[in-house]
Formats: sequence, structure tokens, C-alpha cells
Amino acid sequence: MIHLSLPAALAALLAGIGVYGVLARRNAVLVLIGVELILNAANLLLVTAGSRPGAPLSAGPVLTLFVITIAAAEITVALAIILVMFRRTGHIDLTAVPDLTDDPDEPTDDGRADLPGPNDPPEASEAADARREPAAAGEGVS
Amino acid sequence: MTTRDLVFTAVGAVTALSALLSVTTKQVVHAALWLLVSLGSLAGAYLVLGQELVGLVQLLVYVGAIVVLVLFALMLTRAPIGPHAEIDTPAWQRVAGALLGAATTTLLASLLLPLFAGATADLDTPTTTTPQVAQAVFGTWVWPFELLSVLLLVALVGAFAVSRLVLHREGADPVSPRRTVTSDAPAGGRG
Repeated sequence: MIHLSLPAALAALLAGIGVYGVLARRNAVLVLIGVELILNAANLLLVTAGSRPGAPLSAGPVLTLFVITIAAAEITVALAIILVMFRRTGHIDLTAVPDLTDDPDEPTDDGRADLPGPNDPPEASEAADARREPAAAGEGVS
Repeated sequence: MTTRDLVFTAVGAVTALSALLSVTTKQVVHAALWLLVSLGSLAGAYLVLGQELVGLVQLLVYVGAIVVLVLFALMLTRAPIGPHAEIDTPAWQRVAGALLGAATTTLLASLLLPLFAGATADLDTPTTTTPQVAQAVFGTWVWPFELLSVLLLVALVGAFAVSRLVLHREGADPVSPRRTVTSDAPAGGRG
């Protein structure tokens, strides 16, 4: 026998801690940790309510499994968005002033344009090889 | 206080303490590791409540997959190692967050504790066992269950599409005059 007010109190505590975690962090991944804590508070409350005698349709554990699945889907998309944000801006600080310029002049553009990319036609790289070969031959002679 | 009450109090104290540490620690990786402790002991709390299946799924999905995903995201975004003050909002915002968190806890507790006051669950003769949960999933709840598999597929494709979208954009960005000139010049010479 277990008194169900204990898990209900723990669920309330976890939800409060999660709200603090969402509001007190700047790092986007750590904000997600707060969201996970809130979701777990909801799960614990579902299990608690489901273990009352006479709960119909096994709704407590089944809905908990569903919420866990939805949380997995949610965090996959959220982490993909965070990684894209890191690739575009170089940080994942949620309080930073967003860069709203329409035409992003990425500093890496110049460095990449010099390299022969995979989109270049093969003639270009062949020409580059042809330019390099006489130098190599000259080194071999001397 | 029965034995299960005592065990649940112990497990719940571990859960709450590690959750508190995971939102207050100054080290980024430690936050993820404390989250792992918190979610793992919450799986123990589900076991004490008599839901073995939910506890095992919690271990598999949360501890096994989600925390590992969070750790990978921290690694890929070059999380600083060691204490770092820049991961927190300013002090006044943290105070407001603490007030709001305490208010949430108070509100939920004042609502839930009277609801569950005196309610007990007799776990020696459980009402929802794992076979009953399985029958409910594949009986009453089968359409939401199938819909969830579609949701997982959509999330997978969506996460992939988000990263592909930016790759396309980065590939389309350098349509600069320099690149077109260098690629056109040798072809024109040969023709």
C-alpha cells in the first residue's frame, strides 16, 4: 500500500524545478533539459492517477507511454533545430540579439570559393593539375 | 507510513535533488549527467508505484536515448568544459524564474494534494498489470498508438529535412561571379 499524495507532491516539485530550468538558462540545450523535467512531472502525475483503484482503460500507464514517445519525437526535432542554429550563428545563446539581415555574408564564403568544390566541372581540376605538373617535374630535375 | 512510502520518499528525494542540481549547476555536461540520474531514479519511482513497463520504457527511451542525444548535442555545439557562468541568465531573471517555479509548485501542490489526500493504491493486488496494459494498448488505444508511429516517422524526416534545408542553402549561397567565371573559362577555351 502506498499513499498517493507522495508522488503527487513529487510531480508538483518536478514541474516547479523544470519551470525554473527553462527560465534560468541561456544555453538552448539546457532549456530543453528543463522542458524534459516538466514532461516527466506530467508522466509521474499520469502514473499516479492511473494507479488509483478503479482507473478505467489502463489510461495512466498507456498515456505515459504515449507521452514518452512524443517527448522523444519532440527532442529529436528540437536538437536538429539547435544544431542548425549553431551552424548558422556559431552559438546557441537564446538571449543573444538575433541576426536578421536578409543577405548573410558568411566569412567562410571567400575561403570556400578558392577551393575546388565538388560542384566544379572536372576540367577545372584537370587544368589545375596541368599547372602543377611542370613545377613538380622541375623539382625532380633539380 | 508503509514500507513503500519510505522507499518512494527516498527515491523521490534523489529525483528531486538531482533535478535541482541539473538546473542549477554551472557545468554544462554535469547538467546532462544530473538529468540522467534524475530520470533514472524516476524510473525507480515508477517501479515502486507498481508500473514495471513504464519504468523500463523510461529507462530505455529517456536514459538510453534522450540523454544520449542531449550529450551528443552538447558535444556538437562545443559545450565548454568546466564551470561557465555564461550558461545562466542574469541574476534578476533567475530570481524571477525561482519565484515562478515556486509559484508553480505551490499551485500544483495546493491543487493535487487535496485531490490525492487519503488516496492509497494497494499494490499487492495491482489493478493494472503489464498484460492489461498491453491489451489496452492494442485494443482500446490502438489508433493513437498507430498515429504515434506516424508521428515518429514525421519527426525523423523532419529532423533530417531541417538539416538538409540549411545544407541546400549553404550550397546555393556561393553562386558568386567568381565561381561561374572559373568554371566557365576552361570549358570556353576547349570549345
